[in-house]
Amino acid sequence: MLIGIVLTLVSIWYGQNHGLMPVAASKEAPLVDGLFNTMMTISTGLFILVQGVLIISAIKFRRRRGDEADAEPVHGNIPLEILWTAIPAILVLGISIYSFDVYNEMGGIDPMNHSMAHGKSEKSVAHMPGAAIAATLPAASEPLSTGMTASASDPSASSQPIASSNIGIGSTPEQQNSPTELTVNVAGLQYAWIFTYPDTGVVSGELHVPLGREVLLNITANDVLHAFWVPEFRLKQDAIPGRQSELSFTPSKEGEYPVICAELCGAYHGAMRTKVVVHSASDYDAWITSQQVASAEGLQQAIATSAVDQSVDQFLSPFVQSIGVQPDQLTQLHPAAGHYHPAS
Amino acid sequence: MTQAQLQEDANLLASDSEHHKPNWREYFGFSTDHKVIGIQYLVTTFLFYLVGGALAAAVRTELATPEVDFVSRELYNSLFTVHATVMIFLWIVPATTGGFGNFLVPLMIGARDMAFPRLNAIAFWLIPPGGLLLLSSFLVGAPASGWTSYPPLSLVSGKPGEFIWILSVLLLGTSSILAAVNFLVTIVKMRVAGMGFNDMPLFCWAMMATSALALIATPVLAGALILLSFDLIAGTAFFNPTGGGDPIVYQHLFWFYSHPAVYIMILPVFGMISEILPVHARKPIFGYKAIAYSSLAISFLGLIVWAHHMFTSGTPPWLRMFFMFTTMVIAVPTGIKVFSWLATLWGGKLNLNSALLFAMGFVSMFVVGGISGVMVAAVPFDIHVHDTYFVVAHLHYVLFGGSVFGIYAGFYHWFPKMTGRMMNETLGKIHFALTFIGFNLAFMPMHKLGLEGMNRRVAEYDPKFATLNLICTIGTYILAVSTFPFIYNAISSWLSGPKAGNNPWRALTLEWMTTSPPPVENFDQDPILVVGPYDYGMGDRATNVDVPFSDPREPVLAAGPNSALRADPDPSVAAHPDDR
Amino acid sequence: MQGSTIDPSKTVLNYHHAVETAHGHSEHPDHRLTGVIVFLIAESMIFLGLFSAYLAFRVTAPVWPPDGTPRLELLLPGINTIILISSSFVAHNADTAIKKNDVKGLRKWFAITALMGVIFLTGQLYEYHHLEFGLTTNIFASTFYVLTGFHGLHVTFGVVLLLGVLWRSLKADHYSSEHHFGVEAAELYWHFVDVVWIVLFLLLYIL
Ligand code: HEA
Ligand code: HEA
Ligand code: CUA
Ligand SMILES: [Cu+2]
Repeated sequence: MLIGIVLTLVSIWYGQNHGLMPVAASKEAPLVDGLFNTMMTISTGLFILVQGVLIISAIKFRRRRGDEADAEPVHGNIPLEILWTAIPAILVLGISIYSFDVYNEMGGIDPMNHSMAHGKSEKSVAHMPGAAIAATLPAASEPLSTGMTASASDPSASSQPIASSNIGIGSTPEQQNSPTELTVNVAGLQYAWIFTYPDTGVVSGELHVPLGREVLLNITANDVLHAFWVPEFRLKQDAIPGRQSELSFTPSKEGEYPVICAELCGAYHGAMRTKVVVHSASDYDAWITSQQVASAEGLQQAIATSAVDQSVDQFLSPFVQSIGVQPDQLTQLHPAAGHYHPAS
Repeated sequence: MTQAQLQEDANLLASDSEHHKPNWREYFGFSTDHKVIGIQYLVTTFLFYLVGGALAAAVRTELATPEVDFVSRELYNSLFTVHATVMIFLWIVPATTGGFGNFLVPLMIGARDMAFPRLNAIAFWLIPPGGLLLLSSFLVGAPASGWTSYPPLSLVSGKPGEFIWILSVLLLGTSSILAAVNFLVTIVKMRVAGMGFNDMPLFCWAMMATSALALIATPVLAGALILLSFDLIAGTAFFNPTGGGDPIVYQHLFWFYSHPAVYIMILPVFGMISEILPVHARKPIFGYKAIAYSSLAISFLGLIVWAHHMFTSGTPPWLRMFFMFTTMVIAVPTGIKVFSWLATLWGGKLNLNSALLFAMGFVSMFVVGGISGVMVAAVPFDIHVHDTYFVVAHLHYVLFGGSVFGIYAGFYHWFPKMTGRMMNETLGKIHFALTFIGFNLAFMPMHKLGLEGMNRRVAEYDPKFATLNLICTIGTYILAVSTFPFIYNAISSWLSGPKAGNNPWRALTLEWMTTSPPPVENFDQDPILVVGPYDYGMGDRATNVDVPFSDPREPVLAAGPNSALRADPDPSVAAHPDDR
Repeated sequence: MQGSTIDPSKTVLNYHHAVETAHGHSEHPDHRLTGVIVFLIAESMIFLGLFSAYLAFRVTAPVWPPDGTPRLELLLPGINTIILISSSFVAHNADTAIKKNDVKGLRKWFAITALMGVIFLTGQLYEYHHLEFGLTTNIFASTFYVLTGFHGLHVTFGVVLLLGVLWRSLKADHYSSEHHFGVEAAELYWHFVDVVWIVLFLLLYIL
């Protein structure tokens, strides 16, 4: 009994105070952390239980020297066996319901519209109001490969809830039709991220977002698989050539966080990182303006590499620059792009 | 009389005459004896384990510092790709099924050999060429797209290496299918008279579940690889979006095999643990039927959870929820096993030798990996940790802390039967201590690394992760050192260890009822089941025996017609002297 | 017999007697047919995997077959299908014959089966030759060739098996009403190849 109480207390304490997660910088992150803390509590309990039984057995039940007899033959105990079938069953049921809930809260599921969440064909059929966007999309970030025009959706033009119809984590239900949603098109390529802001025409090598406003990312890839990951947001989505996936989140903490490519994409996979900058609203506007001015000055579609972490990403800059020069060449570059990086 | 004596006495004729020692040359040739083949598997795969471990050591050396300094980025990718392929397809899968399965299954069910001895030999002889082929790829640029080999990357990075990878995995997969056919037929058809399914040692149940999985899942991998190779060399576009193909289809096909594959790698080990614990705890296994049937449950569930590896690759939300739930349900049958093992140990008289230590190490480490498995099954959490070191930690806790610990336990337990000689206990315990410490140093910190933002498959990383990575690397070196006492122990004991006798552990299963090493046809006469496989401590009729899951009146359930366990034995055939 | 403190003649012989009576000793039971059946489960899983890939491509593509794919001619494959399906019945006659110890009948029926298999393969090659698309034309073409080609390989192997049985049947008394594993295995394999073709035909040509 006493052991049980101590075990529970220790588990709860450790489950809340493990200090294993990085800062939470999006509205979604605390949800994931809550789930993780719960699972950590259960895990700690199970861990101590199992290791405890093993250690006690090893000490208490070890064979004494000279004792050659067998132990008492206990074969089974039905109530006990039912108990240890039922408890894990209840625990995993609880965890999956909780996970389902969190997932829903993050906008992973839209119950109204799940019939559309099945793949590219339905998506492109269902979503074609996005045609107008093609014009505002700089060629560099357009999905290059397939014949399918991925619909870079314009939220206000479509009455369909966008989140549901695509793959990835979508927006939370009450935010779906929010006109203030900021859409950014994301393209992963060997070995860089390109962010395009369809509303303003800004193209950047970093993601800049305003605090507290919902952001919707349309993610695709130009060559091989990549994955967009921001640990502080607890969000990840693969970038898949020929498909478009969505990720939406609301940044909740100003600062700079790494954007990491989490899917093996070639030799420089480990160096394919950039950062996301969460600004206050006014700083964000200032940034957009500065980018627009920059392009107006003739640096058409120049990539905002100003603050790129040069020590890591140096070798990328010539490559990234070249995209701005001849966007339509990208198609031909791949798969040969692997040869494109200068020796570092 | 103890149960072991009863069983041995009844089988004196089965282990009758002196036999010539197997000639060492047999081990290097095309032998059809399942025991020779089993040992061929074990030795070959262990050598591949050393190769895979050396590759891992290279990986860890590169990761000791945040910069790319030890090998180039390209080579790094090849290192972990080949590391994983070797470990999975050339070490765990063939060592557990081919090695222990071959050696033990026919002996345990009292058969003379496998159902198809020649097929068995062929299955083994596919392994060395497959392995050498894979390693030869380093000469032309080894595969570098991970053991998952996802297109389109696998189609554009180094064609010769990738093609070699496909060929060698196809060879190894064929070997695994052939072995599965053999095991299924052997176990279903060739049990000795009187051994019903419920009298089988649990290892045989596990091998049945494993073989069914291998039979159903492996061909699908072959299908995927055939399509991939067409994309690679014939210019088709099955998995290439440029030509209307779809890379996600490959992922589904691949994981339809490779998730079940992880159970192919762990189920036989579950079976071995169920054999080893009762013997050294001197207690019956707790909940025989629950353990037996949970193996079947795991292999069935294992077939319908594959997309949990694809939670971020655009799987539709409702499917994600489905796969999350089925995945988590696997914790229930696995938990039944774990708790039954704990209950087997509890109240026993534990002989803490190397075999039992490794078996207990298995339980303790596997549970850590299993629990982190349930965590990554939770979709929102997996979205954060997918493709990070958290997953790397999970997979090594189940594969090394699980399978490899289990295999070591099996080595120590069955070495006397395989070679006729005992292993050195002191060296065994040193081996255990070093392995246990090194393993936890190497892999425990990876959980934290992954949560904090270190992605997997990278040669360079953020300097803030340097300390933890260094600890992992040091752990790896300790692991490398820990293999030397084992290798020395195995070789020296094989040559000149103390003689083991037929049944050094006083065990009850049939493999101990013949000479060590067993003669060519295993038994001089069909062996006889007098007691159930785990009836420890039940020699004395005065003990009140509680047998919940079997009916002591029913011959099939109570260890056969002459079992000492039966409530009303037939006096003409009864084994126990009191009943005659 | 080794020396032993217990008198083994009493205990052991006793048991052995019991076991033998309980299970009327069949000496070397033949498990090969079971083995073939189990192996065919594995084979069908390869095809199942390829079929699911085909279906996956099909349901995700906006138009199927992709624009510009010429329509498949149905006449020749239709005839081919009929030939292959009937060959299964022919093969079964061989089995019936050998069960009556009729080796001549076995030879006759298996020869016809093999011939029909060869006709099927020739027909398929002819079709390949006259198709307007190649392996890499588009995703439909690729799946078409890989699926039919892989099946064709199996038919070829089936024909080799049939010829192997014919060759062996030349040796007197190789097959009899008791011992004809080879015949049964070849027949079973042939039926398997046939069933796969039916699914394949429905998937590729009809649906
Ligand atoms: C032997 C191999 C093995 C085994 C047995 C397992 C077992 C499990 N695995 Fe693991 N897994 C791998 C090998 C294995 N895995 C590998 C190699 C990968 C990575 C592949 C790659 O990407 O390269 C992987 C990846 C992997 C992922 C994908 C992660 C990602 O890429 O994002 C997931 C997600 O669901 C998962 C889940 C599980 C679960 C739920 C189990 C369960 O079977 C575990 C069940 C066991 C227990 C739960 C412990 C005992 C039970 C109790 C004590 C009862 C009480 C418990 C609870 C109530 C929780 N595994
Ligand atoms: C059964 C499976 C298995 C086993 C046993 C191991 C064992 C080990 N693994 Fe591995 N590993 C995988 C399966 C396995 N691994 C898989 C599936 C992946 C995923 C790959 C992918 O992403 O595609 C992986 C990936 C992986 C990574 C991640 C790479 C990356 O993502 O960038 C790392 C990094 O630390 C690692 C380390 C280790 C270490 C240190 C061991 C150690 O336990 C090894 C200890 C053994 C030794 C050190 C050998 C000792 C002997 C000698 C040194 C003597 C040498 C002598 C001669 C050669 C003659 N493994
Ligand atoms: Cu891009 Cu990894
Ligand atoms: Cu899995």
